[in-house]
Amino acid sequence: MSTRMFGERITRTEDQRLVSGNGRYLDDLGHDALEAALVRSPHAHARIVDIDVTDALEVDGLVAIYTYEDLDGRMAEPLPLLIPHPSLTHGRTQYALAREEVNHVGEAVAMVVARNRYLAEDAAQRIRVEYAPLPAVVGIESARTADHLVHEDVPGNVAAVMVQQTGDADAAIDSAPHVLELELEIERSASTPLEGKGVLARWDDDDKSLLVHTSTQTATSVRQAIAAKLGLPVDRVEVVTPDVGGGFGVKIVHPWPEEVLVPWAACRLQQPVKWTEDRREHFVSSAHERGQLHHVRVGYDDDGRLLGLSVRFWHDNGAYVPYGLIVPIITSTQLLGPYKPAVYRVEFSSLYTNTVMVTPYRGAGRPQGCFVMERTMDAIAAERGLDRTVVRERNFILPAEMPYDQGLVFQDGRQLLYDSGDYPATLAKLKKLVGWDEFEAFRAQAAEDGRRVGIGLACYVEGTGVGPYEGGHVRVETDGSVVVSTGLTSQGQGHATMLAQIVADELGVPFDRIRVTTGDTRRFKYAVGTFASRTAVMSGSAVALTARKVRDKALRIASTALEAAVEDLEIVDGRVQVAGAPEAGIDLGTVAVLSNPLRYAFDEAAGAATQFATPADPNTPPVEAGEAPGLEAVDFYSPTRSTFANGMHAVVVETDPDTAEVRILRYCVVHDCGTLVNPMIVEGQIHGGVAQGVGGALYERLVYDEHGQLLNASFMDFLMPYASEVPTIEIDHLVTPSPLNPLGVKGAGEAGVIPGSAAIAAAIEDAEQVTIRRMPISPSELFDLRRKRT
Amino acid sequence: MTTETQVHVSLVVNGTRREVDVPARRLLSDVLRHDLGLTGTHVGCEHGVCGACTVLVDGAPMRSCLLFAVSVDGAEVTTIEGCCAADGSLGPVQAAFRDCHALQCGFCTPGFVTTVTAYLRENRAPTEAEAREAISGNLCRCTGYQNIVAAVLKSAEATVSEPANGDPA
Repeated sequence: MSTRMFGERITRTEDQRLVSGNGRYLDDLGHDALEAALVRSPHAHARIVDIDVTDALEVDGLVAIYTYEDLDGRMAEPLPLLIPHPSLTHGRTQYALAREEVNHVGEAVAMVVARNRYLAEDAAQRIRVEYAPLPAVVGIESARTADHLVHEDVPGNVAAVMVQQTGDADAAIDSAPHVLELELEIERSASTPLEGKGVLARWDDDDKSLLVHTSTQTATSVRQAIAAKLGLPVDRVEVVTPDVGGGFGVKIVHPWPEEVLVPWAACRLQQPVKWTEDRREHFVSSAHERGQLHHVRVGYDDDGRLLGLSVRFWHDNGAYVPYGLIVPIITSTQLLGPYKPAVYRVEFSSLYTNTVMVTPYRGAGRPQGCFVMERTMDAIAAERGLDRTVVRERNFILPAEMPYDQGLVFQDGRQLLYDSGDYPATLAKLKKLVGWDEFEAFRAQAAEDGRRVGIGLACYVEGTGVGPYEGGHVRVETDGSVVVSTGLTSQGQGHATMLAQIVADELGVPFDRIRVTTGDTRRFKYAVGTFASRTAVMSGSAVALTARKVRDKALRIASTALEAAVEDLEIVDGRVQVAGAPEAGIDLGTVAVLSNPLRYAFDEAAGAATQFATPADPNTPPVEAGEAPGLEAVDFYSPTRSTFANGMHAVVVETDPDTAEVRILRYCVVHDCGTLVNPMIVEGQIHGGVAQGVGGALYERLVYDEHGQLLNASFMDFLMPYASEVPTIEIDHLVTPSPLNPLGVKGAGEAGVIPGSAAIAAAIEDAEQVTIRRMPISPSELFDLRRKRT
Repeated sequence: MTTETQVHVSLVVNGTRREVDVPARRLLSDVLRHDLGLTGTHVGCEHGVCGACTVLVDGAPMRSCLLFAVSVDGAEVTTIEGCCAADGSLGPVQAAFRDCHALQCGFCTPGFVTTVTAYLRENRAPTEAEAREAISGNLCRCTGYQNIVAAVLKSAEATVSEPANGDPA
């Protein structure tokens, strides 16, 4: 019998290539290509008065310079607003190259193409752009006050106001025995994958076709966008995602200006053109996230049960909103976590500022929501004098209440309906893992040694695997190997391994005979993309369904060949055989040969498949009605709504009495993402998420000055955690299978990051007896809080 | 119009002598990647902080994004491609990274592998704390480092039988 692959810690098929230097990332391709560099605005807000390229023309190796004036057709229109929403009344997007006005430092003003990047940058430096600076709007307060406007035609800098409520929250709060109000804030951060963006375009004038490689999280949609912008028939454009050096959300946005400019230039110049983003460009011209300010009013009873919760928040969306309201909608809905306030009202304003735009970064609005809800829970516990876990338990949705309708509309426009989860069991596991009940003894011991320690926890629920769909293609080749493709892309999550594990089980073929391709529109045209922790749910389910179709077809063909009933057949190690009589069987490769009646014998295997070689009934068509040649299938998975994973983190910190430095002593995670295809990969996802959570809590913030200059646009100044800052992470799993998909899986990609700031804030608060309302927190900020306390 | 002066640079890269004529300002990382086609060396920040571009120059880990190729004329350079075993199979550090799931997107991995390769020549049996310290000059955005620490320890076990100061190839 084959070993079941689902659930096994299989080392990744990707790694042989990646550890030996044989990965193929965007800038590893196209050595023959011309290279582009962008002239970017040094001002946060300004009118463009003049662009003088005279000096640049002197540069040897210069090929072309483009400004807005050169853009034609739909290239001259603003980039698309990808996700419209009725509440997004004032959606604004940028032009591929700025037209008359720039709205943040880093906005692209001109593109230079030259023989190589050095020369392109030489020329870019010599382009003189005259600006008339305008007042910059920076930060939520400045946007709210609206003394100045980012976009002249957007009153109050308000892109959108959105309200959701399940009843009269104010009335419920006003009549509650206890009421608290909290102001909570999370600062800006960003995905910052180690590889920035990049685009390589090759126009084939003989074939009248365009081949684009781009470091993206959605190849299929980039393809559609390029075709639309360049006015090309979609079938003349293909987009391939090479190895991608991390995404974490920022690469789901599309098309970036460069994703249309580079192909457009390649078509005009009839030469390959490449652009590779540098680190500073990534900081000032891609996207950020997180920055939100929340005002919470909560009413609760003597036991700490939530009677009414009202949240008003302001979301800094930066200069443009191509990705719509996804981030604040997720914050406003996922804020509720595992809890069931009797009444909930949320209202947010999404505000323009003259800063880099805000689009999803791992967690996508959830870390903010989790921070707000969990800080509120801790505040209630403190006010009531209750253990923090007790207040949470009393507000949990219980397993018997599943599926649970939160009465809101989620990011996918569907009902916010939790499908499954056992929150009390998750908490029980976490308390045991971290030793919650024994912590006071540890604290006392530490205090004797002159050490300050604290413990905190945070809970979250994460809607994963949003639709609308993903698909799979599975084909058995005549040598018995299997090729699988799905349209969404990979950025290091081990999809090729995970999907092969699923297909191996469903089809009954050895794992090492399966090759998986993702994010290549030449192989699969219909897909959505990689975000929202959706690949295992969406493409995992899709390839499972597809493999089942291929299996059915293989059994039908083998049934005829073996003269055995389909019900009596099984597929083991790539061979179809009669159950109980394994000597009677044929290889799947042979079944693939039989599935495709040929006329021409171009090789030995083909010879065996010609009309003259196979014993077919001469009175029926060689390919019967309803059948197709080849042992392959395509199928799609499209869920009605998302599936909801959950988890809880507990953190033990020690704070330095003198320097206020925070050291994480323990970081414990209990995680429920349904069934696990590959626990090693899931745990790796959690590790990486936690590291980003630690970064977001203690180190990472994007600092703008009042003029809209990003002061820390480098890895020297934007502090991402090194190995010295990330603790060892202890993990326990709970498995509550999703009833919604054929595999029982829920997404795992983003989970690790979500409760980081909330749990670490709680632990520091517990150690220091200060009140923390804003994250991240630096040692000097903690030091200030101590001084305020005394 | 100005044409850049080309400078002749001679390097021994992964045991093979390579000759290039490049402008004086051309970075070692660009020479390796774009002139010699050794694209395993990655560039993550262009300012020497992330460590993805780390290669061994005369055995010492250095940031190839901060070095002009002319400044290391005559040097021996080992890149990730040179960390494989003589028969082309994975070297001990590379194999440990695979076995420990010490990489996800793989972009930072070459810099870690070269750094660890050099480190293990200095300290053949690191403790966990030493292993963590050894990699704390390289950024990884995917793994949270836990499995990289494990990979360093596993590499140390695998290389302990090899001769000291031996060439990784």
